[in-house]
Amino acid sequence: MKKLQFIALALFTATLFSSCSDDGHDHGTNEEELITTVITTLTSGNQTITLTSKDLDGNGPNAPVVTTSGDLTVNTTYTGSIQFLNESVSPSIDITKEIKEEGLEHQIFYQAAASIGAFTYTDADTKGKPIGLAFTLRTAASPTTGTITVVLKHEPNKSASGVAGGSMTNAGGATDASVTYNVVLK
Amino acid sequence: MRKNGLIFFFSLFSVILFSQNTVRGKITNQDGVPLSGSHIHIGTKSVSSNDMGIYLIKRLPSGVTKVHVSYIGFKSIDTILTIKGDVVLDFVLQPQMDELKEVVIKEKANTVNTSVLEQKIKGETIEKFSNQTLGELLKNIPGVSTLKTGSTVVKPIIHGLFGSRVPVINNSVRLEDQQWGTEHAPNFDVNAAGKITVIKGASGLQYGGDAVGGLVIISPVAVTKDTLYGKTILNYASNGRGGSISSSLHKGNDKGWSWNALTTYKYMGDREAPNYVLSNTGNREFNFFGDLKYSGAKYDLTTNYSFYSTTIGILRASHTGNVNDLYNSISNKVPSVIADFTYDIGNPKQEVQHHLASAHLNYYFDETASLSLQYAFQFNKRKEFDLRRGDFRNRPALDLELATHSFTADYKKVVHDWVVKSGGSASFQNNFANPATGVQPLIPSYNRIEVGAYGIASYDFSETFTADAGLRYDFYQLNATKFYSKSRWNERGFSNRFDHFIVGEQGNQWFTKPEFKFHNVSASLGFRKTFEANTNWYFNLSLANRNPNPSEFFSDGLHHSSGVIELGDLGLQKEQSIKVTTTFQKKWSQFSFEISPFVNQVDNFMFLRPIAFETTIRGAFPVWEYQQTNARLAGFDFQSHWQINPNWQYDFSLAYVRGKDVTNRTSLIDIPPLNLGNSIQFSKKEWYHFKAELKSEMVFRQNHFPDTNFVANVIENNSLVPVLVDISSPPPAFHLLHLYSEMKFKTTTNSAITIALFVQNMLNTSYRDYLNRQRFFADEMGRNIQLQLKFNY
Repeated sequence: MKKLQFIALALFTATLFSSCSDDGHDHGTNEEELITTVITTLTSGNQTITLTSKDLDGNGPNAPVVTTSGDLTVNTTYTGSIQFLNESVSPSIDITKEIKEEGLEHQIFYQAAASIGAFTYTDADTKGKPIGLAFTLRTAASPTTGTITVVLKHEPNKSASGVAGGSMTNAGGATDASVTYNVVLK
Repeated sequence: MRKNGLIFFFSLFSVILFSQNTVRGKITNQDGVPLSGSHIHIGTKSVSSNDMGIYLIKRLPSGVTKVHVSYIGFKSIDTILTIKGDVVLDFVLQPQMDELKEVVIKEKANTVNTSVLEQKIKGETIEKFSNQTLGELLKNIPGVSTLKTGSTVVKPIIHGLFGSRVPVINNSVRLEDQQWGTEHAPNFDVNAAGKITVIKGASGLQYGGDAVGGLVIISPVAVTKDTLYGKTILNYASNGRGGSISSSLHKGNDKGWSWNALTTYKYMGDREAPNYVLSNTGNREFNFFGDLKYSGAKYDLTTNYSFYSTTIGILRASHTGNVNDLYNSISNKVPSVIADFTYDIGNPKQEVQHHLASAHLNYYFDETASLSLQYAFQFNKRKEFDLRRGDFRNRPALDLELATHSFTADYKKVVHDWVVKSGGSASFQNNFANPATGVQPLIPSYNRIEVGAYGIASYDFSETFTADAGLRYDFYQLNATKFYSKSRWNERGFSNRFDHFIVGEQGNQWFTKPEFKFHNVSASLGFRKTFEANTNWYFNLSLANRNPNPSEFFSDGLHHSSGVIELGDLGLQKEQSIKVTTTFQKKWSQFSFEISPFVNQVDNFMFLRPIAFETTIRGAFPVWEYQQTNARLAGFDFQSHWQINPNWQYDFSLAYVRGKDVTNRTSLIDIPPLNLGNSIQFSKKEWYHFKAELKSEMVFRQNHFPDTNFVANVIENNSLVPVLVDISSPPPAFHLLHLYSEMKFKTTTNSAITIALFVQNMLNTSYRDYLNRQRFFADEMGRNIQLQLKFNY
């Protein structure tokens, strides 16, 4: 009967839409653009201080492990550079390269109290605004202890007031990394 | 609570009624051959004759009653009978010479459940919202609010509950479209609805046993007369600077072939708040619906296919990194990203397609019994795009494919004063979470099987008193596959409890295959009593069970739109709710009102609760986990209608819900605040059916909310300072004015054009809505002027 054929055809067409289920697509999901490690390097003459923050379980519960390789010296100008890595996969992925390629959409902010020192950007994106992959730190005059917080912002408003000078107040955007290092000034 | 139900049940059956007369007789053809299975309808009772052609109807009230006798192939008899004591009445039926004409006795109330007042939305209200969402349309019913993520992702809230607790039934098929997410709106085109019924309770047992909040039942347009007609609606909306076109054609027939076809296209740009553009809030939609029906003598068969496809832009400023970003958004009174108006939709955005194909067979044994069989297939593809770096820019962060096959069988029989419905359903569902996203999916891949059976009976004790009772059993099995990082597995306390789910290992992750089985029993009991002078009293007690959904079991990650880490719990138990709803309704000639108080006790109520902070490379995030508590929701809905004179009418509605977390002695989160609606309407048929309505919507501030504020260290002036992040305080109360007006012009005898103007938020009020997830980032939409042209032909 015509009606039965119609039903059969409709059902057949419907089953064509069925998606395959158990085809073993179950490999572990490793986040590929995840940042697990932020390494900030400060160099002056033959002195190199490495500040590291490593959180290998990504969004897992374990807190990042923060280490400082040494103490900073007062009244010194350090040349700074920074590296962002994804070490949850092997071989590890260097995300710093992508940030440089998408320089227009990224800015790194270095925050520390005046008693620790002052930061200056020494790099720029294709429109002349700073990125922050290269910078200098001029340490303050008296010995003290404190923190340096490094924040990577994705799509900040680089033209807003104070942002190009390193102030995060009007930057907006989304935070992709935010690490706090404990430092000692001697 | 169970005890109350039992006591009630027994007292119901001890009610004895008087004025009982019996009418009996024999039905034969003109040659004296008994006609078995012929249908006799006396007053409100109906019965079929047995193999000897004999029928018997008891407990008929004395007085004058209409009688109708029919049998396929014979001329029906309609007569009046005066009953005084028991009667013997025989009928001789004459054959019908012309072709078979099916006589279908319409049930006096084609309702899902007689003991609950169902709220219906009329076709003209549906057309008013042709350019908007299903959630916005449902808000017209008192007691229904909306949970929003922006203005385009809108979910209905019934009596304080939403999401998995409010299933949407579309054309007898339960909509399977990832309802677990607060940012997931029902995938349904408003234009495809012919009639919408909202049941504020779990008594629609034929659809399932887990409607803890309520049910939204949508039926498409159905035409039974032999006609061909069409409708085209053109909409233009000023807020969004776009519009939609929806066109449909309907060929009706009482016998033979009939069909419906509908298509809709929507194109909208960024919405605007009174003071700024809400950047990246445009949306596109394309929908198609078609069905084909064949009506035979004893059956009808319908097949239909519908396609829903949408791209929805999510407010750009709502994408946050960590607590610092969230705090800045809350403190600054304007969104962090405001660009010029554009029609472009960038990331973050959602792209969803939903296919639904079904075949439905209704078989009528006779006028008193029918069987309905249905098969439906649904395929839902959801991609959610986020702001990503490098090569990942155009790859979705979430890519889910949900395929569901469902079979249902429903049997209905009307005999004497009984209406009995029973049936069963089975569904098989597969969810595939595509790992090609490169990101841990919010919910894992899984298979789900559900099998259920139910029985509902309703009994007319008298002309004025009907009672109904229903029972349903469901079996549910869920099999998922998921990777957990080992640190998270331990932190959640799963080791030693769920280690039997672990089947493998990969690096620092466990590969698990969780499996869950549930057996649920749900029930409903109630009555409807009609008093003199148009007064009705409805009462219903229902018991529902809802199993944890995949999000509640398996959540394990960061939600960018809220800046929160959400964690599920494999140890969740099913929710059990007992709800008592009662409605008191009274009508006079010019004034009517109805009031519906309710109490809903939900044990093992699942919700998200903040527990701690976790620090990742991104910074600190509050962590919320799914917990269970005993909750109690209570409130009432009120609506009144006053027909002042033939031209003027006034309507008032009020809805109030109080939700308590009884175990923790606090309030439930996201409970709709008190709201009032006042509207005055002027209509004059002589002026081309002119109608104008002014509506005032008053929403009060929700003063009962849990304190989930937390202190976080944020960067201010180059150093870390502790601040209070206030995410719990609801925004202040607000008042909106809306205007609607229309005129209808007849162009030919069968066609007409209607022009309608719909202005929402006439005064361009700035406000924020407690139930909008984006209230931390931006104001609600400002004024929206919508122009609508409706062509009926």
